[in-house]
Amino acid sequence: MSDQSKCESCGVHNRKGNLIKLGIALDKIDYVVALAGNPNTGKSTVFNNLTGLRQHTGNWPGKTVTRAVGGLSFGDKQYKLVDLPGTYSLLSTSTEEEIARDFILFGRPDVTVIVVDATRLERNLNLVLQILEITNHAVLCLNLMDEAKRNHIEIDVRSLSKSLGIPVIPTAARQKTGMYDLISAIEEVATGKYIGAPHRVRSMSSKLNHAIEMLSQKLAEEFPGLPNVNWIALRLLEGDQRIIEAVQTRELESFGKALAIHE
Amino acid sequence: MNVKNKEDSILSLANKLRWEVGVDFHDLVIESIYRDASRIARKTVVLKGGKSTYNFDRKLDRILTSPWLGFPIMFLLLAVVFWVTVAGANYPSQLLSALLLNTVHPLLKNFAEGIGVPWWLSGGLVDGAYLSMAWVVSVMLPPMAIFFPLFTLLEDLGYLPRVAFNMDSLFRKAGAHGKQALTLSMGFGCNAAGVIAARIIDSPRERLIAIITNNFSLCNGRWPTQILIATLFIGGAVPAYWAGIVSAGAVVGVAVLGIIFSLAVSWVLSKSILRGEPSAFSLELPPYRPPRILQTLYTSLIDRTIFVLWRAVIFAAPAGVIIWLVANIHVGHSSLAGYFIQWTNPLGLLFGLNGVILLAYIIAIPANEIVIPTILMLTVVTAGLTGVGEGAGVIFQLDTIGDTKKILEAGGWTLMTGINLMLFSLLHNPCSTTIYTIYKETNSLKWTLVSTFLPLAIAFTVCFFVAQLWRLIVL
Repeated sequence: MSDQSKCESCGVHNRKGNLIKLGIALDKIDYVVALAGNPNTGKSTVFNNLTGLRQHTGNWPGKTVTRAVGGLSFGDKQYKLVDLPGTYSLLSTSTEEEIARDFILFGRPDVTVIVVDATRLERNLNLVLQILEITNHAVLCLNLMDEAKRNHIEIDVRSLSKSLGIPVIPTAARQKTGMYDLISAIEEVATGKYIGAPHRVRSMSSKLNHAIEMLSQKLAEEFPGLPNVNWIALRLLEGDQRIIEAVQTRELESFGKALAIHE
Repeated sequence: MNVKNKEDSILSLANKLRWEVGVDFHDLVIESIYRDASRIARKTVVLKGGKSTYNFDRKLDRILTSPWLGFPIMFLLLAVVFWVTVAGANYPSQLLSALLLNTVHPLLKNFAEGIGVPWWLSGGLVDGAYLSMAWVVSVMLPPMAIFFPLFTLLEDLGYLPRVAFNMDSLFRKAGAHGKQALTLSMGFGCNAAGVIAARIIDSPRERLIAIITNNFSLCNGRWPTQILIATLFIGGAVPAYWAGIVSAGAVVGVAVLGIIFSLAVSWVLSKSILRGEPSAFSLELPPYRPPRILQTLYTSLIDRTIFVLWRAVIFAAPAGVIIWLVANIHVGHSSLAGYFIQWTNPLGLLFGLNGVILLAYIIAIPANEIVIPTILMLTVVTAGLTGVGEGAGVIFQLDTIGDTKKILEAGGWTLMTGINLMLFSLLHNPCSTTIYTIYKETNSLKWTLVSTFLPLAIAFTVCFFVAQLWRLIVL
């Protein structure tokens, strides 16, 4: 402990903006950060790097089955980090996808960090675009850059960031590189220094767009202040049982707050 | 208009619009997402020339998941892991037991006598609690410290999903979910972890099958039992230079038998009380990644080995006290343990076991990993051995593994007892932690009871038939 405090008073450490890993010791929470992404992209490794916890990591998809929670302090703010189970999409209804989707949608994290595998960017982007449909506050963690390099894959980070409308941070979590940039980007989005304009998928069908618009209007009337109305409208059109229930029980308005405060 | 109607009107509007937009709109949405994703990826990803490691991965996968080589390689890897564990654990186990049992125990005993602790207190604490903890540490620590890092290396490398891939068709034929291969692999570490991992299976029916059959994955708590008994009775039955290979082979055999039981019980369940068709799923084979040796060593030692060992030690202490008590509380001319063992011995023998094993099994219900130490202690305290230990309730000074065998043989053990104990330890009900986890995961008393008693019934049935057949053939 004393070694650490020596570190903290030293100039080199301060230059690093004071990333303090809090493990599970969280006394106050300024921001809630969700970690989402495809299975086996290294979410848990990123989580462990940032919180100092040792959530079990392993090279197989589906390892994280529940939400893991940890904390970190950066600058003078405290962050609660939630490691979500890996999912390929948010559109079907498996348990993991529901956990991840419910949290991003109703838990209203201040920042959603989407961890992607740089060597499989195109496939990973499908989930990224779906997440960007339901949140404005996201950071892309372009992980496994070391593997990408080994595979001779180069990624134009600036152009990717421009296309997606969110910060993109290249990392290699297993080697602990890029973590400082990542937490800085998280801070910028959380504090509102960086205001993203996330890419939104435009549907090709005007009929569909019209239907979504009508339903969204009705939803917005009934649940004022509800974020992601368009997305919820789309899910209702698809007959998503979970969302239908949330409308019937008016969970839409209360569920979010409860999730954000507890846990 | 009341509130309820407003919500319903939203839903009915949704229903109406759903018909208007047409049935293919889900595909439309997905298509739009894929189109955008592919456009962005094209714009930002540049593939430089040069050899990609994908090719290497694909070549490796072609071998590791090939229909012909997949299974032999799997068994070979498993055998190598066990052989390294068996061969490597022997010497440190002896060192530890020499230190903890032969050096520290007399010191503690003398110290207790020196400060005038009453005999029953020093008996219960030093000869009971301390000794059983020392046994657990010396029997369990070395194999775990070798096995866990090896297993974690395979996991880190990305081998587990290949195992799942190989076994998928088998599980499908058994009416279970292919991902059950993953929960089964996790079960080799710890059944409670395997039961939790079953959450990756969506269908409740298939998840229940995975939970109920996870018990047949030989968990690390039972490895030491298997390894020790295999070394003593099976390795001991062949020439010394074969002993290592043969005993490792026997342990692999038991583990494979566990997988077979997993499949067979899954099949029976899916044809009876959990009827249904296996559901489809996609499994991504992740790239092979060079494992981080140091980190693997650290996490597997600290997180797994020490964690599991600590749990065993905590359960071992009170068990030790109980063992000492039942061996030292005399009613008439025999101890409580003596009565129980005498009383259950015929029953035990019917199943190819004996009264000591049954009593040890009951005492060790909280934690499977202390079965072997309990058996050894009980055998010594009840067999009335001379020359080993210092009388009732005390056991120590076992310098070599051969001494352990002598004790067991003096207690009436044969090769068949050894084999039956290995089978019983593989098949019997899960430990208390796992049972509790099953209850939490299923939230159902019924399925918890099924998961507990079904394996127990299977264990007794199998042991019974093995014992009867053995007697028919050998005698």
